[in-house]
Amino acid sequence: MTRHRAFGVGLQVSAFVAAVAVLALLPHWLSDFRASEVSYVGIYFVAILGLNILTGYTGQISLGHGAFMAIGGYTTAILVGHHAVRDLWTIPLAGLVAGAAGLLFGLPALRLSGLYLALATFAIAVALPPVLKKFDHFTGGSQGIQLFGDPDYTGKGFENVHVAGQTLTFNNWLYYLAWTIAVVLFALAWALLGGRLGRTFRAIRDSEVAATSSGVNLPLYKTLAFGVSAFYAGVAGSLFAIASTYVNPETFPIVLSLYLLIGAVVAGLGSLWGVAAGALFIQYLPSLAGHVSKSAGAPSVAYGVLLILVVLVLPFGAGGLLQRIGRPLTNSIFRKS
Amino acid sequence: MAQFLQQVVSGLASGGIYASLAVAIVLIYRSTRVINFAQGEMGMFMTFVALWLIDGGWPYWAAFFATLAMAFVGGVLLERIVIRPIESAPPVTVVIVTVGLLIALNGAAFWIWGGETRSFPSAFSTRPIRIGGVAFSIQDFGIIGVSLVAVFLLYLFFRFTKAGLALRAAALNPEASRLVGVRVGWMLALGWGFASVLGALSGMMVAPLVFLDPNMMRGVLLYALAAAILGGLDSPLGAVIGGLALGVGLNLISTYVDFVGDTLKLPVAFAVILGVLLVRPAGLLGRTTLRRA
Repeated sequence: MTRHRAFGVGLQVSAFVAAVAVLALLPHWLSDFRASEVSYVGIYFVAILGLNILTGYTGQISLGHGAFMAIGGYTTAILVGHHAVRDLWTIPLAGLVAGAAGLLFGLPALRLSGLYLALATFAIAVALPPVLKKFDHFTGGSQGIQLFGDPDYTGKGFENVHVAGQTLTFNNWLYYLAWTIAVVLFALAWALLGGRLGRTFRAIRDSEVAATSSGVNLPLYKTLAFGVSAFYAGVAGSLFAIASTYVNPETFPIVLSLYLLIGAVVAGLGSLWGVAAGALFIQYLPSLAGHVSKSAGAPSVAYGVLLILVVLVLPFGAGGLLQRIGRPLTNSIFRKS
Repeated sequence: MAQFLQQVVSGLASGGIYASLAVAIVLIYRSTRVINFAQGEMGMFMTFVALWLIDGGWPYWAAFFATLAMAFVGGVLLERIVIRPIESAPPVTVVIVTVGLLIALNGAAFWIWGGETRSFPSAFSTRPIRIGGVAFSIQDFGIIGVSLVAVFLLYLFFRFTKAGLALRAAALNPEASRLVGVRVGWMLALGWGFASVLGALSGMMVAPLVFLDPNMMRGVLLYALAAAILGGLDSPLGAVIGGLALGVGLNLISTYVDFVGDTLKLPVAFAVILGVLLVRPAGLLGRTTLRRA
């Protein structure tokens, strides 16, 4: 390992430790409402992380990650709501079910490239809500499923939660749950993608032919990327279901898939650190745009224009910006003199 | 039999609307390798402009052609202002910009004209005509006619004019076209202009059927995307065939298969398309490109 690279790794590890410290202490300064908002940022963080593994690393565009989130969300909702399974245990299961769906979809997707793949995944996202409505004995139809019964009667879902001798409000508990999972999955992605797997994925993105001729098993790795990415989306969907305490077909609308891709682009394709910016962007831009004007339609105009401006100013996302700042810095430290 | 024929004709009419928007999507894809998600909203916005002109006392056809002209200018301007600066960015980034345009145009229409649905005058009478015992509406035939004529004119332009040739060259090989003197940047803008005209056309055709409101084109856009993939993203003829096939097919399925009805129309459409893509990954008429390192 060169000195340059060791410095880079050291910098990232210290940034990671600092970020975890800030995340652990943050709820002390947040109101209950803000804590719930920031939990949603954590959930989007996980979903965008997954999408970025697929789109940023292997270059397969997905416009249907909302559908994988829906699969995860419904897995949790059915297990908790219909079979009274403890919500925590359903999270990894939801990830696995969505991951399996991702692997299954990844196989036929091998034949498609570029925007055909994007539109095929978009088709899944478009087709899912009506299908969820149709098979109502399983999914609760357009009513959806209440995870903890009707909260007006049971109060469950909003009560305080006791964990490890601590009593937390539901929103604070949600915050720690979402961000613990987010931090673990981030570290996992960082460890996986920093090594051989990440190199393989990037090789596929940059040139499939060159990757194949260097001995990369293309179908295996492309499908694997789909599976891993869908796993992340499924975990995010499960958290989303727990956070909103119910699911229905409108919980995971078509635009969610578009928002996730917006998040991944704002994050910077292929950048893990930028994902935080992408998650903050999709959670806070709508309310920010709402401040501009109260008249109907004006917030959407502000949203669209802001989105276009951000992409025009930062075509390579927050990750591209970090690189632009970071490179001169490390270069100036390691300048040969 | 009568019901069958009627469903086919009304399917062809809605298919014609999908087809014109699908051709618009294909035009932009061919020249810039980007799916324009704002295509439907551009058409919706221009339909509002047309209604504004008609309410201002313009005769229908004057407003119709004035709107098409404005749509052309608007499309060219959009390409110059928002798309050109990020030409070299990855295609996903450009797709995101078009999503931004979708949101902004939808909001702008809400802001300016409000969210209530309005009726939009039809160029054709809805009076039914009877052919062999089956009642067809003149409007259906009018819509089919207008869509097909527009696409045919575009075909003539691409096939027989110098500008059309330059446009095709710029889409096929930008580097080489630039070397032989084609102004590639302006050709792309021209492509956006034509696409915008087709969008406005499908907006004005669909508005009398579904009433005009800012969300009018949502569904149409989804079917047009489906039609474009079905036919092959780089084949305008494929988009026309895909649009018509989709219109007729969906009408027949939702009439004759009870299980599908109206609710599962969209999933069925997309399931069929996924099936087609698995057999022909570049759509029915799309060119399969050889990949190189």
